[in-house]
Amino acid sequence: MPLKIIASQCTGCSACEPECPNVAITEKNGTFVINPKKCTECIGHFDTPQCIAVCPVDNTCIIDTSLPRYRPAA
Amino acid sequence: MQQPFTSTPDAAKLNEVLQQVAGHKGCGTSGGGKASYGSGAGSSDLPPEVWEKVKNHPCYSEEAHHHYARMHVAVAPACNIQCNYCNRKYDCANESRPGVVSEKLTPEQAAKKVLAVASTIPQMTVLGIAGPGDPLANPEKTFRTFELISKTAPDIKLCLSTNGLALPDHVDTIAKFKVDHVTITINMVDAQIGQHIYPWVYWRHKRYVGKEAAQLLSERQLMGLEMLTARGILCKVNSVMIPGINDQHLVEVNRAVKSRGAFLHNIMPLISAPEHGTAFGLNGQRGPSARELKALQDSCEGEMNMMRHCRQCRADAVGLLGEDRSAEFTTEKIMAMEVNYDSATRKAYQATVEVERQAKVAARQREFDTLAGANSDLKLLIAVATRGSGLVNEHFGHAKEFQVYELSTAGTKFVGHRRVDLYCQGGFGEEENLATIIRAINDCHAVFVAKIGGCPKADLRAAGIDPVDQYAGQFIEKSTLAWFKNYLDKVGSGEIVHQPRGDADIRQGAYIAA
Repeated sequence: MPLKIIASQCTGCSACEPECPNVAITEKNGTFVINPKKCTECIGHFDTPQCIAVCPVDNTCIIDTSLPRYRPAA
Repeated sequence: MQQPFTSTPDAAKLNEVLQQVAGHKGCGTSGGGKASYGSGAGSSDLPPEVWEKVKNHPCYSEEAHHHYARMHVAVAPACNIQCNYCNRKYDCANESRPGVVSEKLTPEQAAKKVLAVASTIPQMTVLGIAGPGDPLANPEKTFRTFELISKTAPDIKLCLSTNGLALPDHVDTIAKFKVDHVTITINMVDAQIGQHIYPWVYWRHKRYVGKEAAQLLSERQLMGLEMLTARGILCKVNSVMIPGINDQHLVEVNRAVKSRGAFLHNIMPLISAPEHGTAFGLNGQRGPSARELKALQDSCEGEMNMMRHCRQCRADAVGLLGEDRSAEFTTEKIMAMEVNYDSATRKAYQATVEVERQAKVAARQREFDTLAGANSDLKLLIAVATRGSGLVNEHFGHAKEFQVYELSTAGTKFVGHRRVDLYCQGGFGEEENLATIIRAINDCHAVFVAKIGGCPKADLRAAGIDPVDQYAGQFIEKSTLAWFKNYLDKVGSGEIVHQPRGDADIRQGAYIAA
């Protein structure tokens, strides 16, 4: 499952954008969105998802349970 | 000479000033003259190269802040730490506190804004980047902005304010862009205390919490401070005074930053109210009273220069400290402006400011000389309503803040300011606001105003504060010293009995600028 950003809680501060190792985060109408096709939950890059680690508002970057879990290529 | 101001509301006023400028041509500015920075020290105490850097910087020189303006551009929205006194979600046009901003700018928009403001407000000498996040958590945007401005307006001083976590990584770039002034917010040098101020920091791809976070932040801050001062960059340290958490500890912070070469220490009161939605606002953490703040600043003063004139301004503030003209320079308005940067006009204007400034210093000296014979241990505070230029020139009912001075036979010393809501709203006074104003200056023996109505005059007297309107339009320091001399005479002759005053409130929460 990739991560998603709860738009109503996003402050638009842009802190997550440069931290994403997959360049999956872009600005859209003043807040930020994660491209689920690019998100790898930071697996293979870092111990924890970087967007969660840097986001100033708790529970704003969360796992999108409506999508299948990310699987690293074997 | 070009007239770049014709499309702005200030055109008439500025043209008037320019007429005066023409009359003053040929009056060179020596750049000398005594002026206080931080608090009471003068230019003679400073090496000339340091004096050159601070003399027109409203934040680094108390004396300059009466004459020169600054602006912040909000190009840095991201932050790399969380502080318990900050809530990044909160934004409101009536709110005036650090970290809060209504519009974010790109570096290109910011550069145009700086030129527009510099052309409209010729005494604007300093451009700072202070957020609304941390400038060094947005290094590309921050340094791109500095690069653009140093090309188009090389006479403007560059300044930045940071929490220090990323500072050691950027010191060389800061030096490269000739950023002369850097402010680091240091609230503790002990992780035991820091863990109650910082819930987390984000560093090198990892979120740290608790004491580990505070320890890391503190080490990076002090390392950054040492690296900057080693390169001759002036550093101011800001500390937020949080009663019960770091108030006693700030004396230790003061020693730690002084020993690492900090130039100025600015201890500010915590701004905390539930409606801000900050951790401290929500858990009921109070800010200090005026007396508590002054006592801490006084106790640190022997150690180093203290800044007392900080207005804790927003990340997009424009104008003299204490005024906010950012609404005149919204992105929409700036993009529509025809900007014509004219450094000759700015220079000429600043020359008249310098003349005014020298006159003020001379007047203070003359008045101080008349106090020479007086001998008394008496010290008291007075409040002044002013619109700037170091004059008693604001009506009581129009004052949005009062400046507070301490008077003694050693002279007059600026010790702070009190923000208030306007007493006079559309022609009549608001009784509720008057009570708030009295609480805000309750530690003062007198309030100096250009004009005041009968009703508030009587209420102030009843509260034990002498309303003084006989020095309208005159220099603050000269006037207050003359009044003080008279006060001492009356105490000496037994005509009045000197009574100590109580404590005063520091204004919390939003203030209405209109």
